[in-house]
Amino acid sequence: MIAVLLVHGLAALCAPAILKRTGRSGFYLVALVPLASLIWLITQTSRAHADVDGWTTTVEWIPQLGISLSFRMDSLAYMMCLLVLGVGALVLAYCARYFKPDAQGIGPFAAQLVAFAGAMFGLVTADDLMVLFVFWEITSVLSFLLISYSRTKLAARRAALQALIITTAGGLAMLVGLVMLGNAAGTFRISGVLEAAPELLGSTMVDVALVLILAGAVSKSALFPTHFWLPAAMAAPTPVSAYLHAAAMVKAGIYLVARLAPGFVDTQWWLPVTLTLGLGTMIFGGWVALRQFDLKLILAYGTVSQLGFITAVVAFGTADTAMAGMGMVIAHGLFKATLFLSVGIIDHQAGTRDIRRLSGVGRTAPMLFVVAMIGAASMAGIPPLLGFVTKEAVLTAFVDHASDPLAMIALVCVVLGSILTFAYSARFLWGGFARKPAQFSDLDAAEDGQSVIGEFTPVPWAFLVAPAVLALLTVVFGLWPAPVEAGIVRYQEQFPDVAESHVHLVLWHGLTPALGLSALIIGVGALLYVARRPVGSFQDRLPKLPTGDFVYRKIINVLDMVAVWLTGRTQRGSLMFYLSVILVTAIVVPLVALFWYETPPLAGFRYADSPAQLVTGIAMIVAALLVLTAGKRFLAVLLVSVTGYGLALTFALHGAPDLALTQTLVETISLVAFVLALRSLPGPLWNRRPAGHRVFRAVFAVVFGLFMMALAVFSISSRSAERISLELPRMAYEMGDGANVVNVLLVDIRAWDTMGEITVLTVAATGIASLIFVKGRGDRLRSERHELDTQQLKVVRGADSAAHSPHANTRQLEVARRFTSRPDADPFLLAGRTLAPERRSIIFEVVARLLFHTFMLVSFYLLIAGHNIPGGGFAGGLMASLALTLRYLAGGRYELERATPVNAGWMLGAGLAIASLYAIVPVFFGGAVMESYTFEWDMLVFGHVKFVTAVIFDIGVYLIVVGLVLDILRSLGGRIDERIERSAVESRKKRAGRGARIRLTRNGPEVTAHRVDDPDAPEGSLVSGDEPQEAQR
Amino acid sequence: MTVNLTLLVIMGVLFSVGVYLLLERSLTRVLLGIMLLTNGANLLILHTSGAPGIAPLYDAARDPSEYSDPLPQALVLTSIVISLATTAFILSMIWRSWILARRDEIQDDLQDRRVAQQSSYDAEDDDALPQDTSEFNHADARFAPSRHNEEEAAESPGHYRAEKFSEARGRSPHDH
Repeated sequence: MIAVLLVHGLAALCAPAILKRTGRSGFYLVALVPLASLIWLITQTSRAHADVDGWTTTVEWIPQLGISLSFRMDSLAYMMCLLVLGVGALVLAYCARYFKPDAQGIGPFAAQLVAFAGAMFGLVTADDLMVLFVFWEITSVLSFLLISYSRTKLAARRAALQALIITTAGGLAMLVGLVMLGNAAGTFRISGVLEAAPELLGSTMVDVALVLILAGAVSKSALFPTHFWLPAAMAAPTPVSAYLHAAAMVKAGIYLVARLAPGFVDTQWWLPVTLTLGLGTMIFGGWVALRQFDLKLILAYGTVSQLGFITAVVAFGTADTAMAGMGMVIAHGLFKATLFLSVGIIDHQAGTRDIRRLSGVGRTAPMLFVVAMIGAASMAGIPPLLGFVTKEAVLTAFVDHASDPLAMIALVCVVLGSILTFAYSARFLWGGFARKPAQFSDLDAAEDGQSVIGEFTPVPWAFLVAPAVLALLTVVFGLWPAPVEAGIVRYQEQFPDVAESHVHLVLWHGLTPALGLSALIIGVGALLYVARRPVGSFQDRLPKLPTGDFVYRKIINVLDMVAVWLTGRTQRGSLMFYLSVILVTAIVVPLVALFWYETPPLAGFRYADSPAQLVTGIAMIVAALLVLTAGKRFLAVLLVSVTGYGLALTFALHGAPDLALTQTLVETISLVAFVLALRSLPGPLWNRRPAGHRVFRAVFAVVFGLFMMALAVFSISSRSAERISLELPRMAYEMGDGANVVNVLLVDIRAWDTMGEITVLTVAATGIASLIFVKGRGDRLRSERHELDTQQLKVVRGADSAAHSPHANTRQLEVARRFTSRPDADPFLLAGRTLAPERRSIIFEVVARLLFHTFMLVSFYLLIAGHNIPGGGFAGGLMASLALTLRYLAGGRYELERATPVNAGWMLGAGLAIASLYAIVPVFFGGAVMESYTFEWDMLVFGHVKFVTAVIFDIGVYLIVVGLVLDILRSLGGRIDERIERSAVESRKKRAGRGARIRLTRNGPEVTAHRVDDPDAPEGSLVSGDEPQEAQR
Repeated sequence: MTVNLTLLVIMGVLFSVGVYLLLERSLTRVLLGIMLLTNGANLLILHTSGAPGIAPLYDAARDPSEYSDPLPQALVLTSIVISLATTAFILSMIWRSWILARRDEIQDDLQDRRVAQQSSYDAEDDDALPQDTSEFNHADARFAPSRHNEEEAAESPGHYRAEKFSEARGRSPHDH
């Protein structure tokens, strides 16, 4: 069985390639796959029917969940497989003549169709609830793809989506039901579940599970109220309608009902749900089919009706109805596929399926007419066809149980439904093949009052093979139904009342009540057909209920509106709104948790740890409050840095030198970054919020502050245990070989934290560079950096000068410029001469000269020694960054370029690479990720040397911090400098050149033009000849 | 553990002012608010380390409880450096927004507003469907009229006929 699945999968993979080479005839090749499978299956008949359980193949899949790829070929599966594979092969063969030779997309279509045959085979043979569900959903998806074959048609796309939504919604309910059922039974094997069924009855959980499973079956088999997707799915190519939406896929729901009926017919909701929906759908579908004009829609509503009928019969759950119902499944598969394929031929040859535009097809295509007539007669239940035999069996089964009121109701409904079936079958034949009265038809009238015979091209025999074979089978099995019965008998044995069963599939039962009912059906049905005009006008006069499709679209529309409404209320696009929601949540949730569960007692308070702390605190509070009133950008920034430096002092007072050092450096660098970035923005800070907002914000802010204080008070008070870090200093020293506990924490104990952090730093640095440079990181600037010659220096300096003092051109500046242009004056801070003299700062230059190297040395020292004294990669990197910042401030961006041997991108990358290598290398030596080692040795001069590998990680951190600050300086500093200079130079040029760019000289009739601002431009005559006036203008 | 009122009040003020600024429209002020919030949060973490002690540099002779708690310090150190990256990132955002729009204000997202006001009508879902009773009826827009020949009529008579029919009704089969 698995081989059959694999072959179908393989065929689906190869089909597009095959059809690309062969065109539409490739369908014949593809059809061989289900055909071969069918032949194999027929050779295995005796094996499948050897006993009730058939035979099984199992491959382990997810043993932890008790799910296995297990397949069982018993008699029910066998009958379904015959239908699936047989009709599949015929439909594929039919496609070879149905599509136009150059039709687009038939390769994927063939693949989907053959894959569908495989999926359907898997569905009916699966012996595991989950595997069954997987195949179930695969068929839904393939149905979606096949319906939407005409991608350009709105109807096809919409129908495909609708079918998918409805069947998967049902499938979802079914999944829940299957899981519940599997859990209740303790196994997901279907055979196991059915064995356990008698013990499961009476449990509410199982009752609910079965209702959910039935929801899946109802949606798949298009029973009311989800029936409307099936008529809409008629937008699919007709072979798809014949196969998926008549013979195979819609039978999946019926198959599931048939599979579970032996065990679960006695659960509480089984019969009410299946009988109500099944019989209701049967009558409703038949009634609506009578009103259709499209041949395919007549068949589609007919299918809906028949599916309801079969579901009700199969679900009834006696051995008799099982026999009759499964017989119906086979008969319906045969005649409905015949009819659909015939309609496909009519559409293909005549160009329409509208019965008002078809006339006299029966005369022009007699063979087709015979085939379709056999199908329709079988559907109507006329002897000696299979449809008659099985319907007779159904009637017998219900008549024999007539003492049961349910069976009586079912019998009445079946008779009513069958009368409608006869009527719409007749309407189908008449509409498709007969000549019609001229007033009914859209065609012109002929002399005899009937419409003219429509144009119809003769049907090639190859096209007709598939429906003819199906029609032949309908006749053969009608005359000789024994093989069908033999196939179902084993399935019947699963029912407890098999001993009392006496329904058989035979053509002649004798004069039974069932035969009388059949005669009644045919008689009343014929009457209904003859009286079609009064019936039609009666139908038109009935009040119209909204169609299922309309209701569905209303529901979807409401969903849309709710979605838009909800999105509009929550996603308002206002950052303040989002922040308020977040902050309110942040306040409310912890407070509720705090007071709801347990309010810890408050501990004691102390005012301050030292007078210095108190003074620092007051300064910080004052600065923070002043920020609110600051009207200038830079004043506000300075006030914020006061709180930052105050924090650094607090750290220092608290015994945290590492923090104090880092905070000071960071505060300084961010202050510089702030000034650099915001220098082009106007000084004042506007506040355009209305006053009401301000009050709201103030209240909000105070409440939030109080909340944080309360949170801090309660969480600090509630601590009663000793801190967990008491052992850390000893461990850091003995195991991490570092005396600076904070540093060992960072690079060893909590190294993963640091790893994450440096990654964030790299991302942020890259973000900054990309926001400023836009196109890439701007690293290629490096190639331009080296030695500028005097001329270039002049240009750069001129630009800088233009940017910073556009109007100054005094004598003093002239002198200053002359002095600064000596190229050999000073090797250090050489590039500093790219700055305009009036912008150079003596203090910065002197400080940079004095301190740059010192800073760098200190930074290396902090890096290396950080394991034992305050310092480490972060502090060291920040120190080096500070040195670079000085260099930039003193000498401008060219100086910064000169000061850095590699560019920022490389530095960040190298830092991350080193850190990652450090993390991963110990693994290759049998250690853990990020494990640190200590090497000790004696060295000349230095004495005893101890090397802890964690320093390598710190080097990575160091490089990344330097890279980050370098990116800040390059982007917020250098790049913005460049931009300001460029715009200054441009505006100066504009001023200089305004109104005097071209001078016209007149010499007799000739006018010549000079470029005044560009003496090198060739002199030329603008206009020569007769139009001096125009030139002057 | 006792609560240090000074640290508590500083933290409260930093948080309050930070939130106040955060809810502004001016990006610069928002950034200042974030910086204050960071400082407040760092202070809170420091506060959890309890009473001050000597710097956590290991000395075998000392009792471990004499050190100030190193664990919050490590956490704060990480936070400080990240805050530098965040600040610089927002700074470049402010600059970019200034260059692009000459304003450093947070704008309401117009796209979000548009979503909130959009209609629930969707052509794919809600457009009227034409009644279509043949698959061979202008199914494929790529067909050119020149293909209407004998060969076509033989290969695919339905398509040929469907087109003739719609031509007779006065519309081109190639309109959709």
